[in-house]
This record gives sequence, C-alpha cells and structure tokens, in this order.
Amino acid sequence: MLILHCPCCGVDADETDLHAGGQAHLKREGPGSSDDDFEDYLFMRENPKGVHFERWRHVYGCGKWFHAARCTSTLEVFGTYPAQTLEPPQEIKDKISAKRPGWSWGTFQ
Amino acid sequence: MSTRLAGQGRLINKDKAVSFTFNGKHLRGFEGDTLASALLANDQMLMGRSFKYHRPRGVVASGAEEPNGLVNLGTGAAFEPNARVTTTELFDGLTAQSQNHWPSLEFDVGAINTHLSRFLPAGFYYKMFMYPRSFWKHVYEPIIRQSAGLGKAPKDRDQDTYEHFHCSVDVMVVGGGIAGLAAAKAAGERGARVLLVEQTADWGGRAVVDTPEIDGVSAEGWINSTVQALEKMPNVDLRLRCMGAGVYDHGYTLAYERLTDHAPDLGGPRHRLWRVRAKQIVTATGAIERPLSFAANDLPGVMLASAVRDYVVNFGVSIGDRTVVVTNNDDAYRTAIILKSAGLDVPLIVDARAQAEGDLIDQARGLGIRIEMGKGIAKVKGGKRVTGVALCAQAGEGAVLEEIACDCVAMSGGWSPVVHLWSHCGGKLNWDADQVMFRPDPERAPSGADGEGFVITAGIANGHLFTAEAISDGWAAGRAAAKAAGHTKRGAQAPMGEDAFEGPISPVWLMPQGANHALRSKAWLDFQNDVKVSDVQLAAQEGFESVEHTKRYTTLGMATDQGKLSNINGLAILSQSLNADIPNVGTTTFRPPYTPISMSSIAGAAKGDLFQPVRKTPVSDWSNANGADNEPVGQWRRPFAYVRDGESVHDAVNREVKNTRENLGLLDASTLGKLIVKGPDAGKFLDMMYTNMMSTLPIGKCRYGLMCSENGFLSDDGVVVRMSEDTWLCHTTTGGAESIHAHMEDWLQCEWWDWKVYVANVTEQYAQIAVVGPNARKLLRKLGGMDVSAEALPFMQWREGKIGDFDARVFRISFSGELSYEIAVPAGQGAAFWSALMEAGQEFGIMPYGTETLHILRAEKGFIMIGDETDGTVIPQDLNLQWALSKKKEDYLGKRAHLRSHMADPERWKLVGLETVDGSVLPDGAYAIADGDNANGQRNTQGRVTSTYYSANLERGIAMGLVLKGPERMGEVIEFNKVDGTTVPTKIVDPVFYDKEGEKQNV
Amino acid sequence: MSNAVSALQGRTAPGEVTIREAGLRGMIILRGDLADKKLRKVCADVTSVKFPDQGQANSEGDKGLCWMSPDELLVLVPYTEAADAIAKIDAKLAGTHYLAENVSDARAVILVEGAFCRDVIAKLAPADLHPDSFKPGDFRRTRLGQVAAAFWMRDEDTFEVICFRSVAEYTFDLLAMSAKSGEVGHFA
Repeated sequence: MLILHCPCCGVDADETDLHAGGQAHLKREGPGSSDDDFEDYLFMRENPKGVHFERWRHVYGCGKWFHAARCTSTLEVFGTYPAQTLEPPQEIKDKISAKRPGWSWGTFQ
Repeated sequence: MSTRLAGQGRLINKDKAVSFTFNGKHLRGFEGDTLASALLANDQMLMGRSFKYHRPRGVVASGAEEPNGLVNLGTGAAFEPNARVTTTELFDGLTAQSQNHWPSLEFDVGAINTHLSRFLPAGFYYKMFMYPRSFWKHVYEPIIRQSAGLGKAPKDRDQDTYEHFHCSVDVMVVGGGIAGLAAAKAAGERGARVLLVEQTADWGGRAVVDTPEIDGVSAEGWINSTVQALEKMPNVDLRLRCMGAGVYDHGYTLAYERLTDHAPDLGGPRHRLWRVRAKQIVTATGAIERPLSFAANDLPGVMLASAVRDYVVNFGVSIGDRTVVVTNNDDAYRTAIILKSAGLDVPLIVDARAQAEGDLIDQARGLGIRIEMGKGIAKVKGGKRVTGVALCAQAGEGAVLEEIACDCVAMSGGWSPVVHLWSHCGGKLNWDADQVMFRPDPERAPSGADGEGFVITAGIANGHLFTAEAISDGWAAGRAAAKAAGHTKRGAQAPMGEDAFEGPISPVWLMPQGANHALRSKAWLDFQNDVKVSDVQLAAQEGFESVEHTKRYTTLGMATDQGKLSNINGLAILSQSLNADIPNVGTTTFRPPYTPISMSSIAGAAKGDLFQPVRKTPVSDWSNANGADNEPVGQWRRPFAYVRDGESVHDAVNREVKNTRENLGLLDASTLGKLIVKGPDAGKFLDMMYTNMMSTLPIGKCRYGLMCSENGFLSDDGVVVRMSEDTWLCHTTTGGAESIHAHMEDWLQCEWWDWKVYVANVTEQYAQIAVVGPNARKLLRKLGGMDVSAEALPFMQWREGKIGDFDARVFRISFSGELSYEIAVPAGQGAAFWSALMEAGQEFGIMPYGTETLHILRAEKGFIMIGDETDGTVIPQDLNLQWALSKKKEDYLGKRAHLRSHMADPERWKLVGLETVDGSVLPDGAYAIADGDNANGQRNTQGRVTSTYYSANLERGIAMGLVLKGPERMGEVIEFNKVDGTTVPTKIVDPVFYDKEGEKQNV
Repeated sequence: MSNAVSALQGRTAPGEVTIREAGLRGMIILRGDLADKKLRKVCADVTSVKFPDQGQANSEGDKGLCWMSPDELLVLVPYTEAADAIAKIDAKLAGTHYLAENVSDARAVILVEGAFCRDVIAKLAPADLHPDSFKPGDFRRTRLGQVAAAFWMRDEDTFEVICFRSVAEYTFDLLAMSAKSGEVGHFA
C-alpha cells in the first residue's frame, strides 16, 4: 500500500484513494511531428529499477493530478509536487541526488 | 492416556463445565480450554488424518503453528473447515468433525496410502501424471480432485457479519508476550499512539508457563501490573485475540481480530480486519519450537516439548503418564521438570548433545530423572498412539540400545524466531550458527516511504531467547519506535529479567545422525503434507537445488500451517544434501497472512446487498416496481425491457420497439454523462477534445460530437450543447460520465494548465427522460409550458423553461430516428416528472422502453454505439464518420495518430449493414470467413458483426459489422460463421435500415 | 420545485448511533480563484460562515462552505435558496473566470449522530479519524466502502456525510450496518 502526500490538498492518501497515471513529464507531439517523435510520445516509456517520476491523481480526494518521485525497487518516496511543471523541482532533484548519487532519468539528473 | 490433572491449569475455570461434541460424541471441558486441551482431557489424542498417506494425526503443538489438529467447525451457516484445535477456544455447544478420512477417523481406507508410500515419493504427481497425456483429463484429474483438500467447503451462506477498521498509529506492537508488553509500555510512556495486538486470549506469551522472575516478581505478577498500567494509558489500545497478519509497504499492516469465535452468543461482527497505517511496527512475535526428525516422529503422542508443558500448566492436561523427553537444548528440560513436579513419570531425557551443563539439567537430575547424553531416538513405537521409544546413539546409524515404554514423547530441536512479519515487506535474516536459528538482521530492515526502516523486531523474535535480554530488547524497541515516530518524552527504566543458566544448543537435523533410508523415510518434516527427510533428499538428488523448487516439488511447507514447524528442518536437510551452508540455501518467502484469516473478514461489510454499490436513477424505483428486467451497465442497473405479465423478455422488447415507432415511448436516460465546460478558453478546449468543431456551435444549438484518444481510437460520443457564450454542456455515454470527466481534467491540469476552463460533472443533478415517437409533441403540449413546436424548437436545438410545472431543459435530439425530446429536470423532480409523463401519455399509447429497444431503434437507423461498433481499436474512419473529423482545425486529440500508416490503410475493415439472406438474426461477434488459412492454420476472416438484433419493425434480423472494403461491396453476399460450424449467407447493405431519408425525426 | 424530493426522503436508522438522511439540502459547486476577494465576499454573503482553510469545512445549520480542492468549494445553503445563491454568485463574479453549478439534486447528505460516530466512519473510510487528527471543522474527501464521499464533523458527536445521489441507498445502508455492528473503542 503506497501512501503518497497529495501536494494539492495536503492529505496523506492511501493508494486506494489514488489513480496511477503512468510516466510523468511526457512532451506532447501533435500534428506536424515526425513518426519517430510521435511514436516516442505515444509508446516509449522509462522502465527503471530505481528513481522514477510518475503521475498520480487524487481521484477520491481533491481530484487533482500530481507527480511523485519514487524508487521503484524500495518504494521510497523522494517527494510529490504539483503537475503544472515541465520538470521536477530542484529541491526534489537535490533530495534524490543525496539519496541516489549519480541518478539519471530521461533528460533529468 | 491423556487426562485432566488435579490442581493445575491456570487458564481454565473448573467451576464452569462446557459441553461440546467431536464426531458426534458428547464431551465436556472447562471454560478457558482450547478445543485441543479439551479433546486431550477426554483422551482424544487422534484428531485427524494427514493429507497424502492418511496417517493418524494427533495434536503436536499448543498454538498457531499446529499442523495436525484441524477440524470442520460448526454446522450449516456457521460451518468453517480447517479450524486449528489449538487456537479454537471452547464454548458451550461447539461441534467439531475431524477431516480427511473415510469412513471414520479410527478406520480410514485412505490409510492404505501409507503402505504405498514407497510408490508415492516426492514429485510423485509430476512423475506419474505426465503420461499418457490423454489420462490427465479422464483419469488423473478426476481422481486428484476427489482426494484434494482437507476440510469440506461450506455449503450455506455465512450467517455472520464482518467489518473493517481503519486506523493510524505511531507504533504498532505485534505480540503480547513480555517483550511486546515492554515495548508497548516504553512507547506509550513516550507519548506515542500505540496499538498492541496479541493473537491468543491472554497476555504474557511463554513467560507465564516458563515463569522467570521480572523486576523481582513472578512473570505473571509483572505481566498483570504491566497490562493494568497499559490499560490506564489513553494513547494505548490493547487487543487480545487479534493477530498481526501482514506487514505491507509504507507501514500498512493488517490485524485480524476474532471477536466472537470464542463466544458466538455475543452477537456483533465475528471478525474485524484492522487496516492499520503504522509509522513504526514492533514485531515481538516470539519463537516456535522445532520438532526433531526421527523415525515415526509423527505418531500421535509425539509433541513439541513446550506444548507438553503448556497443556499441563495452562489447562491442567497431561498428554501421557510416561513422557520421554528428547532434545538438543536445555529448554526442553523445563518440560521434564514440570511433568515430574506434577507427579507424572519421566523415565528418560534423551539429549543428543555429547555433553551439556546448566541449571535446568542440574534441577532435572536433582529430581531423579534419568538423562542419557549423546543419545537419540532410533524410532518411536506404536500405531495410533505412542507405546515406546527405541534408544540409540546419536552419532550412529540407529542400532537399538534399549526400548523404553512411554505414551508421550516431548521433543525439542531448538527454537525458530517468528520472523514472518519482519520478512513480509523485505526484512532480511542472518543465520545465527551459535543459537541455530535465522534471526532478523537489524541492518536490513524493511524500509518505508522515507527510506528508513519501519519494522523493529524485539525479544525472542529477535533471537533473544532469555528473559533478561528479551524484555530489555522489547523495551528498547518500543523506545526506538516511539522516537522514530517523533515521540521522545521520558519514561520509566527498562524492566530487568532473571534467567537460569543454560548451556548451548547443538544442531540436530536428523536423529540418529547416520539414519538409514528406512528410518529417514519415516522421519517426518511436514506432518500435514507427509513430507519426510527422504523426500527432501530425493528432491536434492534430482536437481531441485533451490529451496523454492524443493518446496514445490515435495510440498514441504505448503500445508495450511505454511511450514511453521517444517521449514527450517527441511532446508537444513536440503543444505546437507547439497553440501551447502544453511544461509546459502536460504528460506522460502514469508508471505502474509501469518495464519489463515477468514475470506469474509477480507470482504468486511461487502456482502449481500452491500456486495457492491448499485447506482439508482430517480426513476429506478418506478422501473423496478413496473416490470423492469434490469441489466448491469457499470454499477447502474438499467431496465433492459419492461416486461408485462405473460410476456417473455423478447415479447416485451418487440412490443416496445413497435410502440415507440408507432405511438410513444419513454426512456430513462438519466445515466448519460453531463459535463459542464465553462470559461474563456472552453471553446478552444472542446475543439481539442472533440474531432469536430465545437467552438462555432451557436448558443441554443446541439451538435453530435466524437472523441478520440491521443492514439486515434474512438473513445466516446455524445451531443454537445452550447448553453451560453462561455458555457457548453457535453453529454457522454453512460460509461463515459466519470472517465471523460477525468480525461478532461487530465488535459486541463497536466497539459493546458494555463487555459481558463472549468469542468463540472453534473450527471446526477438531472433526471433525463427521452420522450420518443410520433406522439411525443402531443404529450408535451398536453402538459403545457414551453412551446415545443417544430418552429419554436427545431431539430438539434434546445430550450430551457417549464414542462408542466417542472423546471426543464428540453433537447430536441434523437437517437431513434423518431420525433424525440430529451428532457432534463432536477433529479429531485425526476420521479414525479416521469409519473406525470406516464399519466398524461396514456391517451397517446405511451409505454416505457428499455435499453434493448434503445439499441434496436438506433441500429435500425445505422447509428453507432460506443462499445458495440467500437472496441478500442476502431477509428472514426472505420465507421464512415469522416464528416465529423474537422479539416479546419490544426489539432485535436487523435488527429496526428490518424496519419499513422496503419490508420490510413485502405484495407481496414469498415462499417456496413448486414442482412442474412434467410432473414435470421446473426450471432453476435460472428466473423465473416475468407478464403484460405493464416500462418497459424486458422481460417482467414474478412469482417465481424458488431451489433445484431431482431427488428420487429422490419420483421427480420438486422446487423452492423466491420467488413474488409465493405462500403465498396454493397449487395455482395458473404458468409458469417456460427458456433455450430455452419455459416450464414449474408448480404452487405447500407447500415440505415429504416427511414433512410430521416423524415420521421425532423417533423 | 414542489415536486422535489431528496434521494432517500429523510430515511432514518435509529440506534446508539443514528443514521439519518438530511432531506433536501442546497449545494453549489463553486470553482474559481479561492484567493479572489469577490469570490470570498459572495461566499460570505450567501452562507454567513467563515471562509474555510485548506481541508476545512465551516457550517452553521444548512449553510456552510467546504474546501474541496485548491480551486473548488462546496457552498451549502437551504435547498430553496440555491438558485438565488447562484444568481448572487453570477452577479458578483460576472467578468471573472469561475464556475457555479447547482448540484443540490446530484448529492445526498447523511447524518451520523451518536457517541461512537467516529468508529462508524473509521470502519469504512481509509482516513485517520483519531480525535487528535480529525476534529470538528476538518473536511475530508475519500471513500466510504466502495464509493466516493466527503465528510466533516459538525460537532464531536455528529458527522455530515455527502455522497452522490445514485449511491445514497448504498451509502446509507453501509453506514447503518457500520453503526449497528457497534463500537470498536479504539478512539475512546
């Protein structure tokens, strides 16, 4: 049972109150994009053992989407942050660096 | 024989006799007995039969680890199989039946298997049932099914109620022995919110039997005063009969409280499943004694040494008059001392160690008990009950030195800490060679959300077998857990325990050390599943080197006790066979729950009417009272048809279909999704959501819209309504109300968060009723209110006002091809509005209709249905809906995907109408066959049926389907398969079967 | 309006903890900028209660304000005043970006009244209902059994529960079952 802190309403929510939304920080490709870029956007996903960035919706609570940075193997949660951002806040990246030196994920490190 | 002793039994109340039955026999016990102790007091040692060989089985333990004493408990609606006699508290009127035998417990035909055991070795199932292949289905499987399972499955619906309870605590302490009590007190004193659970009905664990001194008083005295102190602490909740069942990620913990199993007359829920979120968990779960592996160690009367003394001290029951104690450690001497002190005979203590010194040994010697060092048991004598033991040298091969008559053997192979809860969530173990046990490695605790350990193990469970260290360890664990949870108030000092001096244990995995095959194949590891030392050795020999493989090959530890007694002994034998160290072989995985919990406790309140929510519209009660034959649509129950007396469902559908076309029908469409989309950017947003243009929809008008997912597949459809300059109302399918709302919120929150748009789901605010048929307008005119004429309210427009005295939004839209108004009124007025329509509509031939009629009417018109014509792989182009794909818009969800090569492939199957040549109804989902076979040897296909109905209006079967290049093949006859292997010739036709010009809806 | 009925029309399951459907209640979804002065002012005008902080509900009789999310309030008014309240909100917030929708009929309000009301909720909701963690005035959106619900404590002995109208019967029966099966005693 994951328990994630919803940064939008302040509740520590059980996994059963949340809806998982897959990988965070995807860049949308629309008309005009190349076949390769569009394929990456639709289908290609990170599948790390370790640091991962995910989308979660507090569906039974405030209804807001947020992002979670967590370790897929230990379930350690480095932090959660609102979804209205293109990359994780520096503070969260610093926290991950302290715990998982040398980490990288997509273009982030 | 086993019997009740005078003057013993700290848990029983001899003034209160309790009567019960076992296999129909009326027996008596005392209040405070377990079923095990009461049976033993009645000399009922034989309690069941083992799974594979049907060997006679008596109780071997006194607690949750018991593998043998399993019974069918209760009858009828209170029936439960596989109840452990050792954890079943006796109550007046209890009924129990032994399991796995025929015709009777005493005489069991299946016991022949024990003589066939030579032919039933490890992996027997895998070896035997492979060949010939055809035997599996007709011979082997029926036989295996016949003999599978121990207890019987309940036949009646469970009469009891169950519940869950959610709570959050700082510190959860599992285990109410001295370590757990010390932990709870230490944590409680520091201000932590504490939940302490103990699986048995009383506090103190082993200490109450083994009676050390704590803080200068007897263990019982210390336990009582500590429990009293804890009960006074408002921040501590103590629960007896409540087992810590499982530890999960992020501190989620399950505890299983048995509220009325011991007293069914109490009323209220039977079990309560605690769903605890704990910041820290202290597992003070104690240890389980290991059996020793010697020949015929499974005979009734051979028991764990600790259990033998538990029965004497707790229940005043002696297992036998003459007990031989066999051990490799000092602790078992306690049993001999207690038995001797109770006036029972202990002819011999067989100690496998070459030599040992300790206070307990001295004490036993002082009582005049004969002790044989360096000896072992060659075999136990007896049939359904122990009659004696044959003594041998432990270092030898089993040559019998002497035979000693006895009726009980008390064995101890040392103690294994209960590491289950520590391990459930990833806690790791170390092998302690000195103490011969796996114990938790505090450096490798399960880690939680913050990356730090959240389980602390304490006491005997942490490998501290002695009172002084166990109690101080418990206290330290409680203090550390409270601190980790943020509580650091000062508390009292750690309690001090005192111990007798004990010498070291010596590992003994097989007795005697050089036992020959005949002895090894009678030396049981797993008593319930009949796994012997020889089976594990055979598995190793055949290459099953992983402990997990050996487990499955031999079924070691796969019984209902999940190897609580057998696992360590089994893996020690495996490691010896593999010439590997025990820690390198490792343990099997510890999985929750610790002992089985009832399925009903997992369901909690979710049974009967509360099994799952049933959603009701404002019209549902009327429908249910008026013949509705409901079908599930998600959690809604929608009337499939309204069936009248004497009608079949099919008759009702045909009547509704014809009446709606000819007169007037009424449909409860309240379940359709209704989303308000408002804001300066709402038009722009809807242009992205829908494939067609919604921003240009004039106020007061309606437009049918399609939605695609980002990968181009059709996901929903519905009528969009322009309410005002900045507000739209989007109708979705019934299933789409929540999902499309979520879809919109996702895009607004995560992609276009700078767009000014708000969405609100108002689905349940309105009852929406479709008034359909040639007489629809007449009915609304009769009720009065707004002008619903063709001029005032043309097709695909809407108005707000009154219908009768109801507040209404009237949408002139049609999913049937008839003159149709969909009218939304506030849900609170829905039932009254429906009734008003029904009453006023009598003169116009009004009839309510259900979802099947809705489907047939739309299919007659060739209208698609999301979920019928679409299945997540269908794009609008497949359904000839190109007209709804805006060419003016630069972008919308799905637009880019439609350019992908497979989406633009001219060979895609496309929507057509289908008419069987003989007028019959095509089977749903049937495929159109094509010439030749595919690479897998399957018949090629060229299309499939997506919707198929009998049309009462056309008096023939009609269908829609997706067919290869279908629209180009009008008039062609192709073959659709049927389940019986035949095919149906079917003509490809236009999907609009009825009123092709659309004259009826536009009047 | 005269035809309007609440989902369960005041159904009551009496007991040590009584479960009672509250009858018709006025409820308005108000989405907008919760820091906006006009919005806060009109909320005060229509409810006369203090504006709630994150995770709070302030209520007085049939009137109240519940914090639903960072951009959403639930405005509680008497049922018959909902349309007027929306008109007031519309008038006040005209020209700003907001959404106000009447959802009075979309939901049901169920009262849980009695000494162990906390236990009744804690059997069904995955929330921390310890008196140190959840107090009168706190507002929580979560699940009750298998459906979405929101609740707050009007006082130590009363929860007000809001659920969707379609599942009012399920929610009522679930609460009644929970109350009937008695006290757990964990919070005592």
